[in-house]
Amino acid sequence: MLDRRKLIKGAGAGIWALGAGATFGTTKALALDTVTMPFENGERPLVKYPQKRPMIGLTSRPPQLETPFSVFDEGAITPNDAFFVRYHLAGIPLNIDPDRFAVEIKGKVDKPTKLSLQELKQFDAIETVAVNQCSGNSRGFVTPRVAGGQLGNGAMGNARWKGVPLKAVLDKAGVQRGARQVTFNGMDEPISDKTPDFIKALDIDHARDGEVMLAYAMNGQDLPVLNGFPLRLVVPGYYGTYWVKHLNEITVVDDVFDGFWMKSAYRIPDNACACVPAGTAPKATIPINRLGVRSFITNVTDGAKLKAAGDTLLKGIAFDGGYGITEVAVSTDGGRTWTDAVLGEDLGKCSFREWRLPVKLAAGKHELKVRAVNRIGQSQPTDALWNPPGYMRNVVETVRVTAA
Amino acid sequence: MTRPYLPAPYLAAVGAALTLTAGMAGLALLPVGAKPISYDLPEETATLKPGPNVELAQGNCMGCHSVDYIITQPRGPQFKKDFWQAEVTKMIKVYGAPIDDSDASKIVDYLAATY
Repeated sequence: MLDRRKLIKGAGAGIWALGAGATFGTTKALALDTVTMPFENGERPLVKYPQKRPMIGLTSRPPQLETPFSVFDEGAITPNDAFFVRYHLAGIPLNIDPDRFAVEIKGKVDKPTKLSLQELKQFDAIETVAVNQCSGNSRGFVTPRVAGGQLGNGAMGNARWKGVPLKAVLDKAGVQRGARQVTFNGMDEPISDKTPDFIKALDIDHARDGEVMLAYAMNGQDLPVLNGFPLRLVVPGYYGTYWVKHLNEITVVDDVFDGFWMKSAYRIPDNACACVPAGTAPKATIPINRLGVRSFITNVTDGAKLKAAGDTLLKGIAFDGGYGITEVAVSTDGGRTWTDAVLGEDLGKCSFREWRLPVKLAAGKHELKVRAVNRIGQSQPTDALWNPPGYMRNVVETVRVTAA
Repeated sequence: MTRPYLPAPYLAAVGAALTLTAGMAGLALLPVGAKPISYDLPEETATLKPGPNVELAQGNCMGCHSVDYIITQPRGPQFKKDFWQAEVTKMIKVYGAPIDDSDASKIVDYLAATY
């Protein structure tokens, strides 16, 4: 835990240390322009942050930045400088010395351990391509509207993560009999000590599945500061809420962790659709977990004017909660008929999967739709599902175009 | 950096840290191998609309988060008093905002009347 007073003291003590490293600075508030999301009260500033290209600014303290949707048409991998940013608490670490950084492994372990970044890099590294998507991605489209971050579709991204399997680190510390969960805390902290610190938990078997990773690199580079430098948890197939940034505290516990961010927040209805009738409350809830299936057309925007003659190439992305996309289908007639798209390179079961399909459009208006299916047969609802926090939106998307 | 409307303790702490950060950026007396990161956040630009009791909203809400948390919420007749009462109650009960009851109801009135 980074203590505010220590931060200030540390800053003074570290004066000579800091000059050595990178300074990512802008002192001006850089609202370059505005963008308007296609929902009510959807105007947002386009903002420029250090290490980031112009991003859609949702909030500034703590920063929440959304990826402009056109980025998803650039390729299956989301560049680091375009990757979305989501924080919960305003006490975010702005001065970080990677040479002094260490992650602590404690609790129900035989050998409580502190590992520096250099020590983590001595472990055999693994790499995985995986989507990180905010639980509330697309909340601005939820109808009826609900409170929370009013996001468009840009709180998601796909990167190649490199790091150490959490299992290897836990094995080194020696998990004790009776362990049930592992909790994760990062250097970000609340402003008030009355605000619950952001701590998340995974079941012990999940934590030891070999896929959950302590990642120190993203697309071949250090993590950007706002994406969790120097170390973050990567939980392939799971919503971003578990991907704790600036991770420096891992605790093995022998109970089900009951902190606010697990017990009360990030809960979904405990039923197959994670949904309830609009405006009602669920009877029982569980922690949000795997990503729902989603697919998007990325090269044609709503309201576009296309040529009626010849082929129009439609392309886009699809992803799911870690089983792998096996099928993407496209409709040009509002969902009456569907044609299978051609899938692009398979970068892994937790990655965006690119797709493409040439279509012929007669003159007139068309409703283009896309839907995906994963390896275990999950797909997307034709009509949007609803839950009170506005999580897991994954309706079949529609793009209205005119061909002439 | 100017950060209006923050309670004094918050201003003192964060202001001091950020100022030091900015001051350090130019120095270059460094141990070999150290690669510390210093990150400057852009200034906040969003402000609350004027209205009765706006100063209570500024003083009580902006200590923990920026104005855009408020102004990006859904608008319309179903997002008035009940909606803002629920939000203010959540800030007090869940996130521990130290707001007394009479201020809380004035803040709710300001938000419902203004947004």
